[in-house]
Amino acid sequence: MAGKKGRPKKKKYHLKTIDFNTSKKPDWCYGCGDYGIWKSIKKTFVSLNLKPHEILMVYGVGCSGNCLNFLKTYAFHALHGRALPVATGAKLANHKLNVIIMGGDGDGTSIGGNHFIHTCRRNINMTYFLCNNKIYGLTKGQASPTSNIGFKTRSTPLGVRGKPINPVLLALSAGATFVARGFAGDIKHLTNIMKKAIKHRGFSFIDIIQPCITLNKVNTYDFYREKVYDLHDIKDYDSSDLNGAIRKSMEKEKIPLGIFYKFEEHLYEEGLKQIERKPLVDHIITDIDVNRLFNSYY
Amino acid sequence: MKVSNIGWKIGGRAGYGIRTAGLIYSKLFAKKGYFVIDNNEYPAVIRGGHSNYTVRVSSDEIYSINKSINILIALDEEALKLHQDEVTYGGYIVYDECKFDTRIFKKSRKDINYVMVPFSKIISELEAPKIMINCISLGVSVALLNYDLEVLKNVIKDFFESRGKDIVDLNIKSSELGYRYLKNKLKLNAYDLEKVKPSGKVLVTGNDTVFLGAVRSGCKFYAAYPMAPSYPILNSFASVEEDYNIIARDAEDEIAAINMVMGASFAGARAMVATSGGGFSLMNESLGSAAMTETPLVVVLSQRPSPATGMPTWTEQGDLLFATYASHGEFLRVVVAPGDPEECFYLTGKAFNLADKYQLPVIIMLDRYLSESHFSCDKFDFKKINVDRGKLLSEKRKVTDEYRRYTDTEDGVSPRTVPGVEGGVFIANSAEHDQYGYTDESAYNRKDMVDKRFRKIKKLMEEIPPPRIYGPTDAEITIWSWGSCKGPVLEAMSILNQKEKKVNLVHFTYIYPFDNEVVEGIVKETNKNILVENNKTAQLGKTIMMNTGYRIKNKILKYSGRQFLPEEIINGIEKIE
Repeated sequence: MAGKKGRPKKKKYHLKTIDFNTSKKPDWCYGCGDYGIWKSIKKTFVSLNLKPHEILMVYGVGCSGNCLNFLKTYAFHALHGRALPVATGAKLANHKLNVIIMGGDGDGTSIGGNHFIHTCRRNINMTYFLCNNKIYGLTKGQASPTSNIGFKTRSTPLGVRGKPINPVLLALSAGATFVARGFAGDIKHLTNIMKKAIKHRGFSFIDIIQPCITLNKVNTYDFYREKVYDLHDIKDYDSSDLNGAIRKSMEKEKIPLGIFYKFEEHLYEEGLKQIERKPLVDHIITDIDVNRLFNSYY
Repeated sequence: MKVSNIGWKIGGRAGYGIRTAGLIYSKLFAKKGYFVIDNNEYPAVIRGGHSNYTVRVSSDEIYSINKSINILIALDEEALKLHQDEVTYGGYIVYDECKFDTRIFKKSRKDINYVMVPFSKIISELEAPKIMINCISLGVSVALLNYDLEVLKNVIKDFFESRGKDIVDLNIKSSELGYRYLKNKLKLNAYDLEKVKPSGKVLVTGNDTVFLGAVRSGCKFYAAYPMAPSYPILNSFASVEEDYNIIARDAEDEIAAINMVMGASFAGARAMVATSGGGFSLMNESLGSAAMTETPLVVVLSQRPSPATGMPTWTEQGDLLFATYASHGEFLRVVVAPGDPEECFYLTGKAFNLADKYQLPVIIMLDRYLSESHFSCDKFDFKKINVDRGKLLSEKRKVTDEYRRYTDTEDGVSPRTVPGVEGGVFIANSAEHDQYGYTDESAYNRKDMVDKRFRKIKKLMEEIPPPRIYGPTDAEITIWSWGSCKGPVLEAMSILNQKEKKVNLVHFTYIYPFDNEVVEGIVKETNKNILVENNKTAQLGKTIMMNTGYRIKNKILKYSGRQFLPEEIINGIEKIE
């Protein structure tokens, strides 16, 4: 990197996106939205100057969760739906880690729906990427909670009957303090949001809409490209206004991308005396004196 | 009458302050060095329903409460109806006339003493809240036992201190009035409890000592969803968070709780979760997740009568086979079942070490009886809990090659790093994986990894002590039991062996892994074998049969939701003979 004029060049080694590759090549279907997400994540890490060992990715089960094999960071592949509580425990144990959760729409809004709500309301400083392709991909095409009404899949040959979950609206109402939407087909835009999400102090959530090119023939790249627009382009959009964000999140015809809501609030881990000086994991645990505690039972 | 042993019971509607009275009574004696064991029976409601609290105090060592009640404080008619027959010959029933239909109950037994104390009158004259009748009854009890009123006053003071001076004073006053009523008005002096060498014992439950053991072991993260009878552990952790640098949190459900704990453990903190059968059912899948990712995990399972909601505030040992085989697939785990609070303490220390050293889930099995009953204990030897984190690498790795987290080692245990450690990046993968952690479904890899994870058993077995044998080695009768049945069996044994019936006990605190050779060896040495278990289907018996082929035919089983009393075990043995 070029130093500023008059200053010596910094010799600090900066990572490149390739440094976040593993020895495994992605095996998603050619053209899958996950490629765009994968690339955006790597670019984000590079631009934030994060190193693989400083990052903990916690993955759910699904096509997006398979990213764990292709992205070089510390990673925990949780059970289906359970990524958020694993991430919560890890973050509280070592709050210095950059904890990012990545999972699909079935993982996050169906089997893990309860964790989604409660993680939002806790406002722990972590980031959640919900890779939303509106279908169950690994099991070859069943409707998910984000599938639209009437959407025909193998599990719903006559069309989906229930209303879809709107992850952005759900995150807003549950108390997430950074709520955004990205599109796997726009890497530049997505990278920009990811950066802001990770830098946000609090629980940040990105609903990443992505086509499933094999199993979802409705919500395709073209479908989305026609409908998406950037909230940034609305002149007086106030991303600190929760009511406005909620209204915007319910827009039907067009699909807003960008940051719906961003507001700094009290962090869950803030003010916890036990981790004020150092993370839990750094406390020395050999020979803890329990005399006083024991004596309290006399 | 001089006695070394006193059974005391207080009964009435839940909400009468019965738990408080019982606990204060227990503390009175533990404080002075007596042996104390108690048991509180109560329904799963905040108020209403019948509740009772039994305390056994002795100047000699005891292992369990028993059937003989010397003093019954009957706060209502129901208590009298339910417990009158438990009072031993020459015992005392303390009651308040105005609360009873005296035509029916008064002096229906001629072999015991009925002592009328006008609780209601005393309390209204004092203008104190009705709940303080419990302290009057404590004063009465202390007088009946010719015990020291000052000790009672001190314990009451300690107990209510946080609620302010007025409450303390009023409670003390109530207890004094009860004491005086007995001493001055009735001039009654029923028992004279033998003195003990003043030593001072703590009064703890199994929940308390699991908690103490966990704090001593360096447990830094605790998560749980409140469930009887394990929820007091959450309260305990929450109360010392700042003092001991611990984070204790209530999770949205048990699945979240175990996964949070797994996350914390993966990140490098010692962590624990506790629950009961229902919550453990929900945690099952995640137990396998810990096994697959080889993440240390300590789970406390305090059993209650099940299935489904069952009887939340009662006791049973119905989950032994469930815990041993919980979760889909085949994987190694450790199952321990302490028999008393002291074992709870040391086994919790051991559980954390085993989880860390062998990178697997360890389940500590309690039950309502052990979780909630108080036992007097001498000071524990804290030094006996040492922290051994096994192959944990928390230093930066200097080499630049990709870190092989799941290296196929000779003992099956691979060195583990934690997130944040430079050069140690790896994937903890719940899918089958290769030695780096990458998903790998090839046939040879699958077999190698299953073998690697199971290979840990060899070294693990070396750390698992054999079942402990109590009593004479040449016994005519050998009782086989596990967990909290230890106390009642030992108590029964001490009575039976006085009459020269030689009985011994093979007690299992380590249930799994099971050392069949050791057990086969014990079987060869025994004569008549009898199983004693707090369940319907003799699950320890099944475990022994599964592993050794040996079937213990004689069984004494209890599954009424109540723990064994020694007399029931003695009767059971006599029937079998």
